[in-house]
Amino acid sequence: MNSLLWLLAIPLVTVFVLMFCNDRRQYRLSAAFGMGLQLIYSFYLVFRYTAERSSGNTEQMVFMHEYRWFESFNIIFTTGIDAISLSLIVLTAIVTFTGILVSWNTEKLPKEFFISLIVLATGVFGFFMTIDLFTMFLFYELAVIPMYILIGIWGSGKKEYAAMKLTLMLMGASALLLVGILGLYTFSSPDANLLSFNILDIANANIPVDTQRFFFPMVFIGFGVLGALFPLHTWSPDGHSSAPTAVSMLHAGVLMKMGGYGCLRVAMYLLPEAAKELAWIFIILTTISIVYGAFGAIAQKDLKYINAYSSVSHCGLVLFAILMMNQTALNGSVLQMISHGLMTALFFALIGMIYERTHTRDIRLMGGLMKIMPFLGVCYMIAGFASLGLPGLSGFVAEINVFVGAFMHPDSFHRVATVIAVSSIVITAVYILRVVGKLLLGPLDEEHAYETGDARWNERWANVILIVSIAAIGIAPFWLSDALIKSLQPIIQKLQ
Amino acid sequence: MRHELMLVAVGVIVLIMDLMTSAETKHRIIPVAIVLFLVNTIIGFLPIETGKIFGGMYNTDDITILMKNAMNIGVFIIFLQSAEWLRRHEDRFNSHGAYFFIIVASLAGMDYLISSGDFLMFFIGTELATIPIAALVAIEKARSKSAEAGVKLILSAALSSGITLFGISLIYGTTGSIYFAEVSKAFGNNSLQILAFIFIFAGVAFKISIVPFHLWTADVYEGAPISITSYLSVISKASAIFILVILLYKVFYAIPDIRNNILYATSVLTMTIGNLFAIRQQNMKRFLAFSSIAQAGFVFLGIIGGTQIGFAAVVYFLLIYVFSNLGAFGVVAAISCATGKENMDDYNGLYKNNPKMSLVMMLSLFSLAGIPPVAGFFGKFFLFTSAAKEGYFILVLIAVVNVTISLYYYLLVIKAMFINEQENPIERIDNDIYTKLGLAICAAGILAIGFFGSIFDFINSKTFGAM
Repeated sequence: MNSLLWLLAIPLVTVFVLMFCNDRRQYRLSAAFGMGLQLIYSFYLVFRYTAERSSGNTEQMVFMHEYRWFESFNIIFTTGIDAISLSLIVLTAIVTFTGILVSWNTEKLPKEFFISLIVLATGVFGFFMTIDLFTMFLFYELAVIPMYILIGIWGSGKKEYAAMKLTLMLMGASALLLVGILGLYTFSSPDANLLSFNILDIANANIPVDTQRFFFPMVFIGFGVLGALFPLHTWSPDGHSSAPTAVSMLHAGVLMKMGGYGCLRVAMYLLPEAAKELAWIFIILTTISIVYGAFGAIAQKDLKYINAYSSVSHCGLVLFAILMMNQTALNGSVLQMISHGLMTALFFALIGMIYERTHTRDIRLMGGLMKIMPFLGVCYMIAGFASLGLPGLSGFVAEINVFVGAFMHPDSFHRVATVIAVSSIVITAVYILRVVGKLLLGPLDEEHAYETGDARWNERWANVILIVSIAAIGIAPFWLSDALIKSLQPIIQKLQ
Repeated sequence: MRHELMLVAVGVIVLIMDLMTSAETKHRIIPVAIVLFLVNTIIGFLPIETGKIFGGMYNTDDITILMKNAMNIGVFIIFLQSAEWLRRHEDRFNSHGAYFFIIVASLAGMDYLISSGDFLMFFIGTELATIPIAALVAIEKARSKSAEAGVKLILSAALSSGITLFGISLIYGTTGSIYFAEVSKAFGNNSLQILAFIFIFAGVAFKISIVPFHLWTADVYEGAPISITSYLSVISKASAIFILVILLYKVFYAIPDIRNNILYATSVLTMTIGNLFAIRQQNMKRFLAFSSIAQAGFVFLGIIGGTQIGFAAVVYFLLIYVFSNLGAFGVVAAISCATGKENMDDYNGLYKNNPKMSLVMMLSLFSLAGIPPVAGFFGKFFLFTSAAKEGYFILVLIAVVNVTISLYYYLLVIKAMFINEQENPIERIDNDIYTKLGLAICAAGILAIGFFGSIFDFINSKTFGAM
C-alpha cells in the first residue's frame, strides 16, 4: 500500500474500533493508541522523506500515487507531499494526539466525541496529503462538518449560535472556493478531454490573465475565510470560545492552517499573475486583520476570546506573508503556520485545564494561580512568550522571517504595510503580559474557591509534547526551513 | 417492454390474490406483494434487448432501462417502508391489494413515459402515471386532509395535462408529426413552435414542481400518507425529470438560446424559493417537500449545457436522490407510524433513544445537502462541474450559495436530533424487519455510490448528448 494512504487508514481503523468499544476506558485508550500510532507514523514519514530527498529525488512532490476515480471527469485521487504539507501533517498529528490527551476525562457521550474528533482529523490529514483539487475540496468539507456537531453537543456558552455561524460561514466560503476550483478545472487545458484537477497539471496550464482575475479572489477568499481574513473572521472568536478544549486546539491549531496552505498552494501557485495584480487588496485586509486582532485581544476579558482574537492576528500574519511573495516571507509564513498551530494548541489546552479548576475564564475573577498550579502556570508563560515572539521559541523565528521578507520590497506601500503589521508585536506583548500578570502572578484570589491540584499526567504529557516542539523549532529552525525553502521554489518561481 | 409487462403482471396477481382474502387475512398480502415486487426488480436487471416497437412510438435503450431499474428499487424501498403503516392502520383501508396495485399501475405509467418515442405515448404515460397517484393521495379517505390533497392534485394535474395537450396539438399543427424523431427535424425558430415548447415544458415542470408551478406541492405532500409523499417526491419527480431531459435533448435541441434562458431562470427560482420556504417549515413532510423542490432546481445545471456528461450527471444525481430522499422519508415514516409525531420539535433528543434512526437521518440529510463523503456530494459536484465546463460560472455560484442555505435547514434537523434536549424524547422505536431493511438499503446506497467511480462512468457510457 502507498505509504501516504496509511495516514487515512489509521484514523479510519481507529474510528471503526471505537464503534465497537463499550466503556470510557476503552474509548480513550483506543483513541489515544490510534492517534499515537498516527503521530509515530508521521515522524516515520519525515525520515522517509529526508531519506528520499538525500538520495537525490528532486521531484516537486514525493510519494506520488494516482488512483483513478471518476474517469469521465478525469478525477484522479492523487497523493503526494512536499516539505510544506509534510510539516503540516506532523503538526496535525501532534495536535490531534495532544487533543485526545486533553479530553481524557470527557464525560458526555465520549464515544461520539472521539469519533467526531478523529473524523475531523482525517479530513485534515486528507487535505494535506492530496494534490488534486477535487479530493482536497472533499476533505476540506469533511473537516468542517464534524465541527458543527462537536461544538453543538460538547461546547459551552452560546454554542448553538457559534456552531451554526461557524459552519455556515465556512461552507459559504467553500461555495466561492468550489466555483474557483471548477474554474481552474475548466481552464486547465485547451482540450476539453484533458481537463484535470491535478495541481501540478494546472500549474503548467497558462491560464489567461483575465480568467485568473475572475477566479483568484474566489479561491483566495474561499480559503482566506478559514484563515480568518478580515472582515470574514467573525466565526473564529465565537467558534473558538464555545468549542470544547480539544476542538479549539484542533480548529485554531490545524484547521485555520488549511486556509493558509490553500491560499499558498492553490491561489498563489495556480493563479500567479492575478495574485501579483490583486495582492494589494488582500495586503490591506490582512494588515487590518493583524492589528485589529491584536487590539481585539486587548479588549477581551475571557481567556478563550483573548486567544481567539490573537489567532486572528497571527493567522493574518500567515496570509500577509504569503502575499509578500518572496522566499523569506513565504518561508516565514509556513513557519508561522506551524509555530502558531503549536502554540495556540498549547494555549487552548492550558485554558481548558485552568477552566476545569477555576470554573471561570474571566481574567478579572482569577489571580495568583502560579501559587497553586505552578506547572500549568509555567507552561502558560512559555506559551505566552512564544506568542509574543521571544527568541529561542518558534514564534520569533517565524515572525522575523515574515517581517524581514516583507520589508525586502522596496516600494513604500509594502513597507508601510509592514511597519503597521510590525506594530502588532508590541500590542501582542501588552495583552500577553497583562494576562500573565493578572492570571498567574499577584495575590491569590481567596474569594473564589479553586479546585486545587496541578496538572495530571495526561495534561502534563500534552503540554510537554507541545512545548518541546515549540522549543525545537525555536532553537534549531534551520532543519525545517532548509527543507521548506527547497519545496517553496516552484511556487516562488511562478510568482517572480 | 419487459419492465412494463412485468409490472402489469405483478399488479394483476396482487389484485387477484386480494379478491381471495377475507377481512382477517388481508394483511397477508403485504409480504407476498413485497416478495413479488422484489422478484420483478431482480428480473429487471437481467439483460434485455433494446430497440423500437410500434414504429418508434415506444423505444428503449440502456439508459432508460437503468432508470427503470432505479425506479423499481425506489418503489421496492417504499413498499418496505409502508408495510408497518399498512398493518397498523388496517381499519382505514378496504383492501391492501389496492394500495400495491395502484402504485404498480402508476409505476408502469412512468415506465411508458420514459420510454416514449412520440407525444401520444408521452401523454398516455403521463396520465397513467398521474391519475393513480391522485387516488393514492386520497387513500386514507377517513382523513379530510388526505381527501383534500387528492382533490388538489387531480385538479392541478388536469390543468397541466390540458396545457401539455395544447402544446402537443401546436406541435402537430406546425410539424405534421408527433414522433420525436420527425418533430425534431421540423422544429425551428417558429414562434408557434416555441409556444408549444413552453406549454410542454410547463406541463412537465408541473410534475417536477418547478417554481412557479410548485404551488400544489406542499399541501399535497402534507396531506398524503407518507409513503405516497415519498413516492411523489422521489419516483414521480425522477421520472418527470428524466423525460424532460429526453425531450430537451431529442426534440427541442434546435432552440438552445430560449431553452437555456428558461432553464437558467427556472433553475435559479426553483433553488432559491424552495430553499427559502423550506427554512420556515416545522412539519417534516412539508419540510422535505420544499427541500425536494430545491433539489429539482439543481438538476437543471446538468441539463443546461446540453452535453452528454451533463445528462450522465443528472441520471447519477437522480439515482443518489432516490436513496437519500427515501432514507429521510423512511425515518419520518417510521416515527410518524409509531408515535404520530411529524414536527421538527418532536425530534428533539431523538438520538438518545433511537441512535440508529438518527444516524440514517443524518446520512440522508447530509447526502441531500451535498456533504462529503456521502454520495450527495458527488451528485451535486458533477452537476456543477458539467455546468462550469460550459461556462455557467455565475449560475454555479448561485447554486452553491443555495447549497449553503439548504445546509442551514438540514442542520436544524440534525441540531434537533443530536443537540437539543427535551424532557420526554421519543421512546425507543422497534421497527419491523421491512423498515429496517428499507433503511439499511438506503444507508448502503448513500455510502457506497460515491466511492465507486465506475457507476458514474457506466452511466456516462450509456447516455447521449444533444444532437
